[in-house]
Amino acid sequence: MTTATMPTRVGNDQPSVPFADFMAERARGAAPEWLAGFRRRAAQRYAVVGLPTSRDEDWRFTPVLGLARESFATAMVSGGVTAEALKPFLLGDERSALIVLVDGRFNPALSRIPLLPAGARLMSLAAAIAEGVPEVEAQLGQHAAIETTPFVALNGALFTDGLFLHLPANTAIDSPIQLLNVSTGGSALLAPRNLFLLDGGARASVVESFAAIGGTHYFTNGVTEIVLGANARFEHLRVQREAKAAWHIGLTEVSQQRDSHYRSFTLALGAKLSRHDLRARLSAENVETLLYGLYLGRDEQLLDNHTAIFHDQPNGNSWEVYKGVLTDRAHAVFNGKVIVQPIAQKTDAKQTNRNLLLSDTAKVDTKPQLEIFADDVRCTHGATIGKVDEQQRYYLKTRGIAGRVAEGLLIWAFTAEVLAEITDAGIRERLETLVRAELETMIG
Amino acid sequence: MALLKVENLHAAVGDVEILKGISLTVNAGEVHAIMGPNGSGKSTLAQVLAGHPAYTVTQGSVTMDGEDLLDMEPEERAHAGVFLAFQYPVEIPGVTNAYFLRMAYNEVRKAKGLEELDPIDFYDLMEEKLKVVHWGPEIMERAVNFGFSGGEKKRNEILQMAVLEPKLSILDETDSGLDIDAMRIVADGVNQLRRPDHATILVTHYQRLLDYIVPDFVHVLAGGRIIKSGGKELALELEARGYEWLTGMPEAVAG
Repeated sequence: MTTATMPTRVGNDQPSVPFADFMAERARGAAPEWLAGFRRRAAQRYAVVGLPTSRDEDWRFTPVLGLARESFATAMVSGGVTAEALKPFLLGDERSALIVLVDGRFNPALSRIPLLPAGARLMSLAAAIAEGVPEVEAQLGQHAAIETTPFVALNGALFTDGLFLHLPANTAIDSPIQLLNVSTGGSALLAPRNLFLLDGGARASVVESFAAIGGTHYFTNGVTEIVLGANARFEHLRVQREAKAAWHIGLTEVSQQRDSHYRSFTLALGAKLSRHDLRARLSAENVETLLYGLYLGRDEQLLDNHTAIFHDQPNGNSWEVYKGVLTDRAHAVFNGKVIVQPIAQKTDAKQTNRNLLLSDTAKVDTKPQLEIFADDVRCTHGATIGKVDEQQRYYLKTRGIAGRVAEGLLIWAFTAEVLAEITDAGIRERLETLVRAELETMIG
Repeated sequence: MALLKVENLHAAVGDVEILKGISLTVNAGEVHAIMGPNGSGKSTLAQVLAGHPAYTVTQGSVTMDGEDLLDMEPEERAHAGVFLAFQYPVEIPGVTNAYFLRMAYNEVRKAKGLEELDPIDFYDLMEEKLKVVHWGPEIMERAVNFGFSGGEKKRNEILQMAVLEPKLSILDETDSGLDIDAMRIVADGVNQLRRPDHATILVTHYQRLLDYIVPDFVHVLAGGRIIKSGGKELALELEARGYEWLTGMPEAVAG
């Protein structure tokens, strides 16, 4: 398929800056001064750059100018979400913490915060700002720079609420924390923002998911900042199940200190256009970064994953496997950047992107982008785009398994390899069920 | 009626004819060994019987229980009771042996109009089947052939055979790459599965396997034809004298 061409600039090369009117409204809020300043800088940045165009290399295949042609409202007062309605989207068990954001705002009635280790904070970001939690002021916006993408700037200017997590040194929350973003409105602009701080030796996992209960043509533009202290361990699951007519743009920025371990699994199923930037900075020695991803696209969906791993210091390991299954006229984009600085000797980085196309009109643009400035490193990458393996298909036939059953089994097998990387067995099983159901729909 | 009847079978890959007129009758309860030098067409015969799409049958016929086998898709042959143990079993990462075996078992049951087995009943069935290849239940949770050693892959083929209970088992060089212990286990498994209503075709280059699975008939294939048939003593003669006395040429260029 060919992607519809968008005008590269609106008017005479002026940046397209929809949503600017929301910023004035947001700036009038009674924010603390540091936040007002942050929002102002973010708004200014956004006003200068505007929406990315197809001339921006990082957005070449992902046309977002259409955002300017839709009319969004900032999130309205929402209601009508019951605990019952949330159930299909819950992934953890009864004991785990549950933070629910309805249309970008923390909903205490639907949320559940269990007993926390001494000194730990697990709360609404807006509440943490209002309370004047010093770590928020010190860290917010320090990791995901507003210059990174126009959408980070837009989020900075407009974000409403999200999860603030702070674990003091050597504390742990064992059950995965569920962070559920639900959209109820027809066409809201949602700007969730999260900040996760794990001090030295702390351990936690968060399942960040996005779903619609009533929302249809909305736009989610989220930012998550994660800061891992020395020897901290964090597992991050990100489940994007937005409405099929929605826009989803998100950026996750991870900053890793010595001996820390970050493990991520992202699943993208929803939205008509979905883009996730996952950026990990290995800013000290001996860091481990594991990124797994799965995206399933059908109809006219566009699913874009951009990852960037910055090996800034020696002895870092990064391991990345992203897989996609596409049918109809779906289009996937994968860009895997790995930058190894001259000082980052003994870096071991491996990147794999594999795609399965179930129709002749589905399409993938995959691009590894390795920039290696150190000499004593091991960096590999591989990308494949193909159909179901003929040898496997024949082998199954000789065992009596053919047709849709065989096709389903082989496509399932392709996805199961990354799903197997989810540590928590309960969450893994629920996501496996979700993926199976989606594949059923795709195979038809 | 013969279980399997192959008559004047010719098969080609593209324009290259590999099988040049094979005739073979296999009755229920029998074990036939197909031997021959490299490149003689042994594996092609095995794959043609299983229905590999790369081969075109240009002439001849194959029937099983009087039904035209060549007219069936590979899965239909499997449902009818044909089983091929692959020389190079295919890896399927992401699918556990348990899931794969149950699916294969149930697809064959469905084709026969029988009720499918649920995971619990299937587990009970597997407890018995695993004994055939001297395996514990751990193997059921591993992905099909993925990361298996050569010997484990061959054992897994025999396990599948035990589960599917075919009428006709074709073992394609199942002995290749096996050490003596693995070969004993595989041979023991094949022997346990011998039944009066079941037949086995062993495709092998060496006589070694035939010490453990004693054939009723031995056929020597060369150049796409069966050039000699005999009893089990023929295998011993081949072991002692090589193939050259039959093919009339050194093995390196035979076939």
